[in-house]
Amino acid sequence: MSNHEILKILEQDARTTPERLATMTGMSAAAAESAIRDAEAEGAIVKYKTVVNWEKAGVQKVWALIEVKIAPQRDRGFDAVAERIYRFPEARSVYLVSGTYDLAVQVVGDTMQEVATFVANKLAPIEGVQGTVTHFLLKRFKEDGDILEGPAPSRRQPYAL
Amino acid sequence: MQQLARWLGLGARPPRRALVSRRVQGIPPSGIRKFFDLLSTMEGVISLGVGEPDFTTPWHISEAAIAALGQGYTMYTSNYGLLELRQEVARYLKERYGLAYDPKTEILITTGVSEGIDLAMRAILDPGDEVMCPEPSYVSYMPCVALAGGVFVPIPTREEDDFRVRASALQARATARTRAIMMGYPNNPTGAVMGRGDLFGVAEVAARHSLLVVSDEIYERLVYDEKHTCFASLPGMQERTILLGGFSKSYAMTGWRVGYACARAEIIEAMMKVHQYTMLCAPVMAQMAALEALRTGDKDVEEMRADYDRRRRVMVAGLREIGLPCFEPRGAFYAFPSIKGTGLTSAEFAEKLLFEEKVAAVPGSAFGESGEGYLRCCYATSLGEIEEALARMGRFLRRHKQ
Repeated sequence: MSNHEILKILEQDARTTPERLATMTGMSAAAAESAIRDAEAEGAIVKYKTVVNWEKAGVQKVWALIEVKIAPQRDRGFDAVAERIYRFPEARSVYLVSGTYDLAVQVVGDTMQEVATFVANKLAPIEGVQGTVTHFLLKRFKEDGDILEGPAPSRRQPYAL
Repeated sequence: MQQLARWLGLGARPPRRALVSRRVQGIPPSGIRKFFDLLSTMEGVISLGVGEPDFTTPWHISEAAIAALGQGYTMYTSNYGLLELRQEVARYLKERYGLAYDPKTEILITTGVSEGIDLAMRAILDPGDEVMCPEPSYVSYMPCVALAGGVFVPIPTREEDDFRVRASALQARATARTRAIMMGYPNNPTGAVMGRGDLFGVAEVAARHSLLVVSDEIYERLVYDEKHTCFASLPGMQERTILLGGFSKSYAMTGWRVGYACARAEIIEAMMKVHQYTMLCAPVMAQMAALEALRTGDKDVEEMRADYDRRRRVMVAGLREIGLPCFEPRGAFYAFPSIKGTGLTSAEFAEKLLFEEKVAAVPGSAFGESGEGYLRCCYATSLGEIEEALARMGRFLRRHKQ
């Protein structure tokens, strides 16, 4: 349970130190550190990273969501094709979904040409891929729980009783 | 000529009387008003002087109010408030505290607990009636008692007692004129809570002297490491209690101005009488938001509570680390460290801290004499700001070490 508490805090701020985690949860620093080590070992913590808004850094990137229709294979279902897709670093996220297509793939590249080339030359020709529909993203508002514009200004009065 | 002068309002005038009533003049100005003014002229200030959540209202609640406006909920409601909301309040109190209130006659929707306090005092006090309040106390209690013609009787509480009020202290100050005990736990400004056993003591005094108990439970959901006891749920106490609750703190809805009062029908009827002539009803869109909050907002409350709890631990540990003794606050979102070791009064401390280090906090003396020597620090602010404020306060303390 307190393990989950630590994961919740780290999910919000990966830089929270074990000492601070200990203070925040009321557990000892040693217990917090071992909880982190356990979570890392069992893969509950995948990695620590930073959410970057590249536009704010002056770097233009092109994002696309790609619907992929695939033919499932005997014994391996969708997994084999999915793996051949997610091995590409261009594929930022790959999900198996219900509905009219099978895989939802998020792709990022430096130019529209680069993304289009990836889809046409790398993704579509994979054996088992029956068709793709590419949606270029026009604006990213919110990603993985974070509003990319940054927080709204506080309307709070500095003093209240 | 003389007649014309008189007609124009010139010449001899009747003896001048003050523009403002004696009753209002008798209420001392807020001691920290000058801090507000100072603060507005400064930049880079970290404020621990706030008294409200730093979360905005959970979006589904705001969205419900927007949808309500779209559906034409722009009119007066019943003076008692929307029946659906009163029913939902009744359900909530039943499920959470086992209390049974009749939504038709025993629940009144108010514009927050602030109005509830005023209504309660005006409904139950005759001139000269005394109201005992544990002190340090929320700043509205004394003026609301006075404006209703009552006499405010502060009952000092102490750090040694974790700022809980002792039944013996209430017993010692009860007189034939005592009408009520008014208390707020979890407490603003101390963060103190009263456990079931502590409240039993208060209940005994109330029963012995036939007192009403006005229980301000606006912070009921912000309790850490223990369970809140609703005073009205003690045996025999529901009929003596005016329970005041609201949405501001639990659901981060301070600006909506909506809360409720629960009591026996005669009292609610009397409070409603004042409410209908002064407020008419709580804003309907806020009532619609409150309805959504009670129906589906429980998860939000728990998440926010857990978040305050983490910050509470950081604040208390940090204050102790920089050398300010701080009792463990188990409710609300305030820490109440002692600054007695500095030799400064709490007003001096707060003023110097603001000027020298740009950290704003509220001097304990703003909450009554027994708050002297303490500082109210609100931890409903980001961890980054809490850390920076603690660092600045640590520097300040080193400089003012005795």
